[in-house]
Amino acid sequence: MRIDCPICGSRDRREFYYAGAAIALGRPAENSEPDAWDDYIHNRDNPCGVTRDLWYHETGCSAWVVVTRNTATHEILNCELASKVKEHAHED
Amino acid sequence: MVDLAIISAIDGLLPLTIGTTNLTEATVGAMTSLAPYRGQTESLSSALKSAHGMAAPANNRTTGKEGARAIWFGRDMFLLVGPDPDPALAEYAALSDQSDAWCVVRLTGEHAADVLARLTPVDLRTAVFKRGHTARTELKHMMASITRIGDQNYQIMVFRGFGKTLLHDLQLAMEGVAARGGA
Repeated sequence: MRIDCPICGSRDRREFYYAGAAIALGRPAENSEPDAWDDYIHNRDNPCGVTRDLWYHETGCSAWVVVTRNTATHEILNCELASKVKEHAHED
Repeated sequence: MVDLAIISAIDGLLPLTIGTTNLTEATVGAMTSLAPYRGQTESLSSALKSAHGMAAPANNRTTGKEGARAIWFGRDMFLLVGPDPDPALAEYAALSDQSDAWCVVRLTGEHAADVLARLTPVDLRTAVFKRGHTARTELKHMMASITRIGDQNYQIMVFRGFGKTLLHDLQLAMEGVAARGGA
Protein backbone atom coordinates (compact mmCIF):
# COMPACT_ATOMS: atom_id res chain seq x y z
CA MET A 1 0.00 0.00 0.00
CA ARG A 2 1.31 3.44 -0.92
CA ILE A 3 0.09 6.78 0.38
CA ASP A 4 0.39 10.02 -1.59
CA CYS A 5 1.85 12.43 0.93
CA PRO A 6 0.79 15.93 -0.24
CA ILE A 7 4.35 17.11 0.51
CA CYS A 8 6.65 14.16 -0.29
CA GLY A 9 4.69 12.39 -3.04
CA SER A 10 3.96 8.67 -3.28
CA ARG A 11 5.52 6.85 -0.33
CA ASP A 12 5.47 3.40 1.21
CA ARG A 13 3.00 2.76 4.02
CA ARG A 14 5.91 1.89 6.35
CA GLU A 15 6.79 5.57 6.63
CA PHE A 16 3.39 6.38 8.13
CA TYR A 17 1.85 5.91 11.55
CA TYR A 18 -1.85 5.06 11.59
CA ALA A 19 -3.79 7.31 13.93
CA GLY A 20 -7.36 6.04 13.59
CA ALA A 21 -10.53 7.46 12.14
CA ALA A 22 -10.27 11.06 10.93
CA ILE A 23 -12.70 12.49 13.43
CA ALA A 24 -10.25 14.46 15.57
CA LEU A 25 -11.11 17.59 13.60
CA GLY A 26 -14.85 17.06 14.23
CA ARG A 27 -14.79 17.82 17.95
CA PRO A 28 -18.30 18.45 19.33
CA ALA A 29 -19.18 21.93 20.59
CA GLU A 30 -18.73 22.54 24.33
CA ASN A 31 -22.40 22.27 25.21
CA SER A 32 -23.06 19.13 23.15
CA GLU A 33 -25.16 16.26 24.46
CA PRO A 34 -23.31 13.33 26.10
CA ASP A 35 -24.25 11.15 23.12
CA ALA A 36 -22.18 13.37 20.83
CA TRP A 37 -19.15 13.05 23.13
CA ASP A 38 -19.73 9.31 23.40
CA ASP A 39 -19.60 9.04 19.61
CA TYR A 40 -16.57 11.33 19.38
CA ILE A 41 -14.52 9.54 22.00
CA HIS A 42 -15.58 5.89 21.84
CA ASN A 43 -17.74 4.88 18.90
CA ARG A 44 -16.15 4.01 15.58
CA ASP A 45 -17.58 2.51 12.44
CA ASN A 46 -15.78 -0.44 10.92
CA PRO A 47 -16.83 -0.06 7.30
CA CYS A 48 -16.26 -2.50 4.48
CA GLY A 49 -15.66 0.14 1.84
CA VAL A 50 -14.71 3.80 1.89
CA THR A 51 -13.33 5.18 5.14
CA ARG A 52 -11.31 8.24 6.25
CA ASP A 53 -8.27 7.88 8.49
CA LEU A 54 -5.61 10.12 9.93
CA TRP A 55 -2.06 9.08 9.10
CA TYR A 56 1.11 10.67 10.41
CA HIS A 57 4.11 10.79 8.06
CA GLU A 58 6.31 9.72 10.93
CA THR A 59 9.64 8.95 9.29
CA GLY A 60 9.00 11.38 6.44
CA CYS A 61 8.08 15.06 6.58
CA SER A 62 6.03 14.86 9.82
CA ALA A 63 2.78 15.98 8.18
CA TRP A 64 -0.63 14.76 9.32
CA VAL A 65 -2.60 13.46 6.36
CA VAL A 66 -6.31 12.67 6.02
CA VAL A 67 -6.49 9.58 3.81
CA THR A 68 -9.70 8.43 2.13
CA ARG A 69 -9.37 4.77 1.24
CA ASN A 70 -11.36 1.65 0.50
CA THR A 71 -10.91 -1.10 3.08
CA ALA A 72 -12.19 -3.75 0.68
CA THR A 73 -9.94 -2.98 -2.28
CA HIS A 74 -7.05 -1.16 -0.48
CA GLU A 75 -7.49 1.63 -3.02
CA ILE A 76 -6.31 5.06 -1.86
CA LEU A 77 -8.89 7.57 -3.08
CA ASN A 78 -7.66 10.87 -1.70
CA CYS A 79 -4.91 12.30 0.52
CA GLU A 80 -5.04 15.78 1.97
CA LEU A 81 -3.08 17.67 4.62
CA ALA A 82 -5.08 17.69 7.86
CA SER A 83 -4.36 21.43 8.16
CA LYS A 84 -6.06 22.01 4.79
CA VAL A 85 -9.04 19.89 5.82
CA LYS A 86 -9.37 22.00 8.96
CA GLU A 87 -9.19 25.25 6.95
CA HIS A 88 -11.93 24.03 4.63
CA ALA A 89 -14.08 22.99 7.59
CA HIS A 90 -13.82 26.52 8.99
CA GLU A 91 -14.77 28.02 5.64
CA ASP A 92 -17.95 25.92 5.42
CA MET B 1 37.35 26.35 30.51
CA VAL B 2 38.67 22.95 29.50
CA ASP B 3 39.07 22.65 25.75
CA LEU B 4 36.97 19.57 24.99
CA ALA B 5 37.60 17.52 21.87
CA ILE B 6 34.74 17.09 19.40
CA ILE B 7 34.14 13.38 18.82
CA SER B 8 31.40 12.07 16.54
CA ALA B 9 29.25 9.07 17.39
CA ILE B 10 31.09 6.91 14.86
CA ASP B 11 34.57 8.29 15.45
CA GLY B 12 37.28 6.00 14.07
CA LEU B 13 34.89 3.42 12.57
CA LEU B 14 35.09 4.64 8.98
CA PRO B 15 36.08 4.60 6.11
CA LEU B 16 34.82 1.25 4.94
CA THR B 17 35.17 -0.23 1.45
CA ILE B 18 33.31 -3.38 0.38
CA GLY B 19 33.33 -4.36 -3.28
CA THR B 20 33.02 -1.15 -5.26
CA THR B 21 31.13 0.75 -2.57
CA ASN B 22 32.73 3.20 -0.16
CA LEU B 23 31.35 4.52 3.10
CA THR B 24 32.92 7.56 4.73
CA GLU B 25 32.03 9.87 7.55
CA ALA B 26 31.35 13.43 6.44
CA THR B 27 32.65 16.36 8.43
CA VAL B 28 30.18 18.99 7.32
CA GLY B 29 30.62 21.74 9.90
CA ALA B 30 27.75 23.43 11.70
CA MET B 31 24.20 22.15 11.25
CA THR B 32 21.28 24.42 12.11
CA SER B 33 17.60 23.71 11.63
CA LEU B 34 15.59 26.63 10.29
CA ALA B 35 11.87 26.52 11.07
CA PRO B 36 10.25 29.54 9.37
CA TYR B 37 7.59 31.37 11.32
CA ARG B 38 4.10 31.30 9.84
CA GLY B 39 4.11 33.08 6.47
CA GLN B 40 7.81 33.92 6.68
CA THR B 41 9.25 31.28 4.33
CA GLU B 42 9.79 33.77 1.46
CA SER B 43 11.50 36.30 3.74
CA LEU B 44 13.68 33.56 5.21
CA SER B 45 14.64 32.46 1.72
CA SER B 46 15.74 36.01 0.81
CA ALA B 47 17.71 36.36 4.04
CA LEU B 48 19.33 32.98 3.46
CA LYS B 49 20.30 34.03 -0.05
CA SER B 50 21.93 37.29 1.01
CA ALA B 51 23.66 35.75 4.03
CA HIS B 52 24.80 32.37 2.71
CA GLY B 53 24.26 32.49 -1.07
CA MET B 54 21.42 30.01 -1.49
CA ALA B 55 17.63 30.30 -1.41
CA ALA B 56 15.50 28.03 0.75
CA PRO B 57 14.98 24.73 -1.09
CA ALA B 58 11.62 23.51 -2.36
CA ASN B 59 10.09 20.36 -0.88
CA ASN B 60 12.39 17.35 -1.34
CA ARG B 61 15.19 19.49 -2.77
CA THR B 62 18.49 21.03 -1.71
CA THR B 63 20.21 24.31 -2.60
CA GLY B 64 23.79 25.50 -2.31
CA LYS B 65 26.87 23.33 -2.66
CA GLU B 66 29.53 21.52 -0.69
CA GLY B 67 30.54 23.68 2.27
CA ALA B 68 27.27 25.64 2.43
CA ARG B 69 24.16 23.67 1.71
CA ALA B 70 20.48 24.02 2.60
CA ILE B 71 18.61 20.71 2.80
CA TRP B 72 14.83 20.44 2.91
CA PHE B 73 14.32 18.68 6.22
CA GLY B 74 10.60 18.05 6.58
CA ARG B 75 7.44 20.07 6.66
CA ASP B 76 8.35 23.77 7.15
CA MET B 77 11.90 22.86 8.06
CA PHE B 78 15.31 23.35 6.45
CA LEU B 79 18.75 22.31 7.59
CA LEU B 80 21.59 24.76 7.01
CA VAL B 81 24.79 22.73 6.72
CA GLY B 82 28.26 24.23 6.81
CA PRO B 83 28.35 27.86 7.91
CA ASP B 84 27.41 29.24 11.29
CA PRO B 85 23.96 30.80 10.75
CA ASP B 86 23.75 34.53 10.17
CA PRO B 87 21.89 36.14 13.11
CA ALA B 88 19.63 37.91 10.58
CA LEU B 89 17.90 34.58 9.89
CA ALA B 90 16.48 34.58 13.42
CA GLU B 91 14.03 37.31 12.46
CA TYR B 92 12.13 34.91 10.18
CA ALA B 93 12.73 31.48 11.64
CA ALA B 94 13.43 29.55 14.81
CA LEU B 95 17.05 28.39 14.69
CA SER B 96 18.30 25.33 16.56
CA ASP B 97 21.87 24.11 16.66
CA GLN B 98 21.86 20.47 15.48
CA SER B 99 25.60 20.08 14.92
CA ASP B 100 26.08 17.27 17.44
CA ALA B 101 22.66 15.69 16.93
CA TRP B 102 23.16 13.91 13.64
CA CYS B 103 25.48 11.28 12.26
CA VAL B 104 26.45 12.11 8.66
CA VAL B 105 27.92 9.56 6.24
CA ARG B 106 28.46 9.38 2.49
CA LEU B 107 27.91 6.28 0.42
CA THR B 108 29.66 6.30 -2.96
CA GLY B 109 30.29 3.95 -5.83
CA GLU B 110 28.69 2.40 -8.85
CA HIS B 111 26.29 0.32 -6.76
CA ALA B 112 25.58 2.79 -3.95
CA ALA B 113 21.93 3.03 -4.98
CA ASP B 114 21.62 -0.79 -4.90
CA VAL B 115 22.94 -0.80 -1.34
CA LEU B 116 20.49 1.88 -0.26
CA ALA B 117 17.61 0.15 -2.01
CA ARG B 118 18.02 -2.74 0.43
CA LEU B 119 17.40 -0.45 3.37
CA THR B 120 14.90 2.22 2.39
CA PRO B 121 11.52 2.14 0.62
CA VAL B 122 12.14 5.40 -1.23
CA ASP B 123 12.39 5.32 -5.03
CA LEU B 124 16.08 5.92 -5.81
CA ARG B 125 15.97 5.50 -9.59
CA THR B 126 17.99 8.20 -11.34
CA ALA B 127 15.01 9.49 -13.29
CA VAL B 128 13.09 10.12 -10.06
CA PHE B 129 15.77 10.85 -7.44
CA LYS B 130 18.21 13.17 -9.16
CA ARG B 131 21.29 14.99 -7.98
CA GLY B 132 20.20 17.68 -5.51
CA HIS B 133 17.08 15.74 -4.52
CA THR B 134 16.56 14.80 -0.89
CA ALA B 135 14.07 12.69 1.05
CA ARG B 136 13.03 12.32 4.64
CA THR B 137 12.35 8.62 4.84
CA GLU B 138 13.07 5.53 6.87
CA LEU B 139 16.24 3.50 6.72
CA LYS B 140 15.81 0.16 8.50
CA HIS B 141 13.17 1.75 10.77
CA MET B 142 15.38 4.73 11.55
CA MET B 143 14.22 8.22 10.67
CA ALA B 144 16.69 9.37 8.04
CA SER B 145 17.55 12.15 5.63
CA ILE B 146 18.94 10.89 2.32
CA THR B 147 20.36 13.34 -0.22
CA ARG B 148 21.83 12.62 -3.62
CA ILE B 149 24.81 14.96 -3.74
CA GLY B 150 26.45 13.40 -6.79
CA ASP B 151 25.70 10.89 -9.53
CA GLN B 152 26.95 8.04 -7.34
CA ASN B 153 27.21 9.86 -4.04
CA TYR B 154 24.55 9.79 -1.33
CA GLN B 155 24.60 11.64 1.97
CA ILE B 156 22.79 9.76 4.73
CA MET B 157 21.90 11.29 8.08
CA VAL B 158 20.37 9.63 11.15
CA PHE B 159 20.14 10.72 14.77
CA ARG B 160 23.50 10.55 16.53
CA GLY B 161 22.34 7.73 18.81
CA PHE B 162 21.67 5.51 15.77
CA GLY B 163 25.14 6.00 14.27
CA LYS B 164 26.53 2.54 14.96
CA THR B 165 23.25 0.88 13.97
CA LEU B 166 23.42 2.76 10.67
CA LEU B 167 26.96 1.52 10.08
CA HIS B 168 25.95 -2.05 10.91
CA ASP B 169 22.99 -1.99 8.51
CA LEU B 170 24.94 -0.30 5.72
CA GLN B 171 27.82 -2.77 6.09
CA LEU B 172 25.45 -5.76 5.83
CA ALA B 173 23.81 -4.28 2.74
CA MET B 174 27.20 -3.49 1.16
CA GLU B 175 28.32 -7.08 1.78
CA GLY B 176 25.08 -8.39 0.29
CA VAL B 177 25.41 -6.33 -2.86
CA ALA B 178 29.12 -7.22 -3.23
CA ALA B 179 28.35 -10.94 -2.78
CA ARG B 180 25.94 -10.81 -5.68
CA GLY B 181 28.60 -9.38 -7.94
CA GLY B 182 27.60 -5.81 -7.41
CA ALA B 183 24.13 -5.92 -8.89
